[in-house]
Amino acid sequence: MKPLLESDGFVRVAAPLAVGIVLFTLWEVGFRLASVPVYLFPKPSDIFASLLHNGPSLLRALLVTLRVTLQAFVAAVILGTLIAFLFVQSRAIEVSLFPYAVLLQVTPVVAIAPLVIILVKNTQLSLTICATLVALFPIISNTTLGLRSVDPGLANYFRMNRASRFKTLVKLRIPGALPYFFGGLRISSGLALIGAVVAEFVAGTGGRSSGLAYEILDAGFTLDIPRMFAALFLITMTGVALFAAMVALSQLALSNWHESESRVET
Amino acid sequence: MNALLPGEPLDEKARPMTVASGPPPAVEVLSAEKVFANGTRGLAPIDLAIADGEFLTLIGPSGCGKSTLLKLIANLIEPSDGRLLWWRGDFADVGQEGRRLAFVFQEPTLMPWARVEGNVRLPLELADMPRAKADPLVRDAIARVGLSAFSRHFPRQLSGGMKMRVSIARALVTSPNLLLMDEPFGALDEFTRNKLDDDLVRLWWERKLTTVFVTHSIYEAVFLSTRIIVMAANPGRIFRTMTIDQGQPRDQAFRDSPRFAAYCRELSTWLAEASLPSAAGAAS
Repeated sequence: MKPLLESDGFVRVAAPLAVGIVLFTLWEVGFRLASVPVYLFPKPSDIFASLLHNGPSLLRALLVTLRVTLQAFVAAVILGTLIAFLFVQSRAIEVSLFPYAVLLQVTPVVAIAPLVIILVKNTQLSLTICATLVALFPIISNTTLGLRSVDPGLANYFRMNRASRFKTLVKLRIPGALPYFFGGLRISSGLALIGAVVAEFVAGTGGRSSGLAYEILDAGFTLDIPRMFAALFLITMTGVALFAAMVALSQLALSNWHESESRVET
Repeated sequence: MNALLPGEPLDEKARPMTVASGPPPAVEVLSAEKVFANGTRGLAPIDLAIADGEFLTLIGPSGCGKSTLLKLIANLIEPSDGRLLWWRGDFADVGQEGRRLAFVFQEPTLMPWARVEGNVRLPLELADMPRAKADPLVRDAIARVGLSAFSRHFPRQLSGGMKMRVSIARALVTSPNLLLMDEPFGALDEFTRNKLDDDLVRLWWERKLTTVFVTHSIYEAVFLSTRIIVMAANPGRIFRTMTIDQGQPRDQAFRDSPRFAAYCRELSTWLAEASLPSAAGAAS
């Protein structure tokens, strides 16, 4: 058996963890020695205390944000995949519509959010729309690229066997697009969270939200800086968890055959 | 040693063959030529009859049109002039009469997401064969190329030679009447190539499977073929034809025999002549 330190899995977890522990210790000890006031910049212990103290309200806010994020993510995946399928049907469709997909992507969500929030009465729905707009593009572009990136030799083989359009799609294009699709999922899951939080900020300034962004705003108003950091911590953790979930999902789907996820020795 | 005299052009020989009685030839190429869209003459008019059960090899310098000729035979491209017949009929009739062509590329072109059995099953699936009927055929084809122990493996877990075997199994699974192979073992090391040649010649013999094979290797051509067509370039045409008068078994003993060496030496001389600039344009 290999020593623990040489095992790849152990190092992968232990090394970042060690860096984290060192940073947090330095932060805690340094700020304690310099006696930085808590309203300027809290220590990890202050944040942890606030997390416990404000637990129920923060958890409620987390659930609100999480719900918007997941709804937006699912909507983006469904819509993005459908649009990608539409794009690969014909060059004409892609050429005429792709610029608008880009337009959607490059317009900052902060700029559209107020409009959407005014137009859509239901706050939850308006937030979901904003987050979906942000998360949509990577799915569209990655899935389109994937559906187009068919191995030419295999495409030729399918043509020679007179495979129907549908069979070529199901047996060749879709499996071949999966690695690209999962790449899109990873980016999109993070963007859905960012979109949700940004939209909440915009809505929160109007007092019409109850997510984690609103908690940060509210904590800012009341100078409860540790609560601000606690909410920030929860947002970050949510993002990490989403990313990890996507990595796990793509590993589950691709580990058997695709180089990017493979753990099989060859 | 040869049925044909060196330097005797084939088209003089091929024409009488097409009208000969007996079993009809698998493929007849009748004055088929190919001019590409940019005006290049890929193939000068070619006459060639491929007998049923023959193992025919096309060899020649690059640009001699051997791959183009193979693609014409596979009906992957259309001749600019002249025509081809498959079992005395049009290509459209091939499928209706229950005959099948199979093509093996230089690359294995396997689906990386499918296991070996899934890859071999593909042509049957594309032909809408039910799973229950396909499975025994798939098992049999995988066994024929000696990969039974690997049927649940993914392509990336296999060596280059094994992937090529999968590709051959995928061609065999449809029980083709005509097998077309475009430099299938060109990317493999010599040892693996010899091994696959041994297996291929055995498969060809077991099934009397008409095969058209394109290669760059003189040794491979002599080892496998019943007839070798040496082609020359500018424009692509048939330069000379060699008949390999050797029955079964074709094994290592054949490779080591003086006859084999003599065939190779002569073929090598012909190839050198076919590559000479003076050979260019001689037929036109």
